Amino acid sequence: MIDFGYTLTKDRQLDYDHGDFRYFRFVKALEPSIDLCIGCGSCSATCSAAQFTDFNIRKLHTVIRRGDIESIKAELRKCMFCGKCQLICPRGVNLRNLILAMNRAIEQLG
Amino acid sequence: MKAEGKRRIWDEYQKEIAGDKYFYVRSCVRQNFFPGAEKTFLRYMKEMGKTVYENPSHTTCSGIGYHSDIVPFETAMTMVARQFALMTESGYENFVTSCITSFGLYTEVLETWHHFPELEEKIRLHLRNATGREFKKPKNLAHASDVTYKLRKEISRAGKYRLVNRNTGEPIRVVEHIGCHYSRMFPSKGVGGAEYPYVLVGMIEEWGGQVIDYPERRHCCGFGFRQYLVKANRGYSISASKKKFDSMKPYKPEMVLTNCPGCPMFLDRWQYTLSEMEGTTYGENGQGIPVLTYEELAGLILGYNPWDLGLQVHQVPVEPLMDKMGIPYDPETKFLDKNGHSMGKPKSPSFLKFY
Amino acid sequence: MENTVIVIGGGISGMTASGMLALQGMKVTLLEKEAETGGHVARWDRLFPDRKKAAEVLDFAREGMKNVNVVTGAEVTGISWHDKGFTVTSGIMQPASSVPGPESLIANSGSLINEIAAGESNYTARALVLAMGFDLFEARKKEEYGYGIYNNVITSADLEEKFKSGKDILTSEGKIPARIGFVHCVGSRDEKVGNLYCSKVCCVTGVKQAIEMKEMYPSAEVFNFYMDLRMFDRHFEELYYEAQQKWGVSFIRGRLAECAENPDGTIILKTEDTLTGKPLKMTVDLLVLLSGFVPASGTAKIAGMLGLQRGTDGFVNSADSHSMNNLSGIPGVFLTGALKGPISISEAIADARATALLLADYLKSGKP
Repeated sequence: MIDFGYTLTKDRQLDYDHGDFRYFRFVKALEPSIDLCIGCGSCSATCSAAQFTDFNIRKLHTVIRRGDIESIKAELRKCMFCGKCQLICPRGVNLRNLILAMNRAIEQLG
Repeated sequence: MKAEGKRRIWDEYQKEIAGDKYFYVRSCVRQNFFPGAEKTFLRYMKEMGKTVYENPSHTTCSGIGYHSDIVPFETAMTMVARQFALMTESGYENFVTSCITSFGLYTEVLETWHHFPELEEKIRLHLRNATGREFKKPKNLAHASDVTYKLRKEISRAGKYRLVNRNTGEPIRVVEHIGCHYSRMFPSKGVGGAEYPYVLVGMIEEWGGQVIDYPERRHCCGFGFRQYLVKANRGYSISASKKKFDSMKPYKPEMVLTNCPGCPMFLDRWQYTLSEMEGTTYGENGQGIPVLTYEELAGLILGYNPWDLGLQVHQVPVEPLMDKMGIPYDPETKFLDKNGHSMGKPKSPSFLKFY
Repeated sequence: MENTVIVIGGGISGMTASGMLALQGMKVTLLEKEAETGGHVARWDRLFPDRKKAAEVLDFAREGMKNVNVVTGAEVTGISWHDKGFTVTSGIMQPASSVPGPESLIANSGSLINEIAAGESNYTARALVLAMGFDLFEARKKEEYGYGIYNNVITSADLEEKFKSGKDILTSEGKIPARIGFVHCVGSRDEKVGNLYCSKVCCVTGVKQAIEMKEMYPSAEVFNFYMDLRMFDRHFEELYYEAQQKWGVSFIRGRLAECAENPDGTIILKTEDTLTGKPLKMTVDLLVLLSGFVPASGTAKIAGMLGLQRGTDGFVNSADSHSMNNLSGIPGVFLTGALKGPISISEAIADARATALLLADYLKSGKP
């Protein structure tokens, strides 16, 4: 292989047809309210961790839904589990249980 | 796919293309990229009995600098005004550009003057002060691919070969790629508009081929000026080309047809680079997908010697396509210059099949 | 002459208005250019949000029209007004093939003539109700979506027709669609096609149709591509909730950028998943475009005859959009329904009844 002094850039596009939906199915079975999100962002606005890190709980479960799971492992650890997100969610999404379910998904699915 | 749906759109984007007496302006870069293309255009235009005039005082239109953020628009407009002055002084009214970016810039300048006549007056003054020249705006502005599109039936009639596989009788499967500056800025200025441009499709259909509509058809070829001109960005450029190749591969294209200086350059050269970087090739049996300009393809259809068309300087060998079309070529003379002297033979690539 | 009214347009608005006017003892003539009354509602299967049969709504409106003189196939060709009221001239339209016409007439017009006025009729009345309604946005104008080119791209109206036929909804290859996409805002909120406005009812239509597809094929994946979900009326938000909770419909916030056809005829689409900030591509077996409203083709013509003002969106402006929304500004000319802009069926019915009430008062008092 020749080194041309530049390399290919990774494609950022989410390829839904080749997504990994094992996490989503696992999490949804444990916490069906994941379906009810309307993307309003009140969870991430009130989030204790989001004030000091780039943790974004709203994005986190949307990413899982899209079958894009690479980034979530490191992300999940940033949650402080305070539950403010859940208090504020207008759709009654059980966000604390969602975090637990995601952690369990990582344990069981690797 | 319903072909009539596309036809309906094509019918809505028809433009006027002059029939003769063309003032032809060359591209800055095409003679380096595809040295036989412009010469071939002049040859078949002459054979079709058309008058094409070139003025030796013609310079860059400065579009390449304008689109690379180096040349300010007023400067570019003054450069364009000077080319118009050369046309006017030569007694021509129909302006034909070889380069897509030139075509885009000329169109943009004319549109700008249409909406801001005071700017046109200002540029006239700039040109007068700098050169003492005066100009008339062209009566007709077309890209050389528009003119070739207009002549596609004549080329077909005079042609010796067709875009058909000699052995199977099947049409050759062609991917067409239009330069961004052809109709993306002004869809009504391109034959067929911007979403389903017809200019190359019309040639492919007329000459017997089959057009492939693939998902990344509208995606950038990988040139994009800024993403290539700076070496650090070239990974970005080649990734854009790769995205297109990955998308077109399932449709088994047998050639790519282009009408821009940059697109054939990058679609051709990057196939080699990708093969050396990743070991990937996109054609059949380790071959690449030959990438041609419309002039080169018209030349092949008309039975011109492929080495006069400059096909030997393509990075992806065109021989597999010529074999399919039944076009004879002499491998012995491939790398000989006009005087019969050897130009030297390039090193064989590691993966891409070489002829 | 005393209590005579002409209603132009026989969709749900014109039907309801004429029925209500007849109920109040007026002599009503309804002019409809198509062969039948019913307008868009006649082409709909079930209505949002409760999925009532559209036919039942029409039956109800027709029930009230027993004493209305309905003239179909009647296209308005002229309107004049005088001290007694208005005279509306209409040509009875017939297929060109059925009319032996001079060849030269067709040749000179330079375009294909489908219909020829076979005869003209005049109708006179003291008041006019304009109820020309709307046309659906021609989805093929969004060239990048490939409607009319890719076989598996259809519109919400096409889908409704399929629902109405009662047959299975299959891809053009005859397969049960495993993944279906709904595209919101087709021809709406889109300056590129000249329509800056929201068509209002497409959002809830998209949610309703998404649910109906899930009912038909529970294992299918259904995606709605939206920018905002404008669930403006009672029970609409609940329908959206139901779509998520009961049916697992996925909502992706991102406008469809473009699509193309895969070798197997499925559709590959591109959008941005704006909530994760990434471009996204996805293959669907069937793509449904939620076509918006545009002013009906006759609106410009008839508004022109009367000198009525239209907005930059092409819809007719009323005398005042708050308090005089049924008045045109011309005494005796009333406006009702979707010719004033996108509107739901229940709103159209309420608006038509309001028009009838104001019109009755006008005929009684002589004051607008």
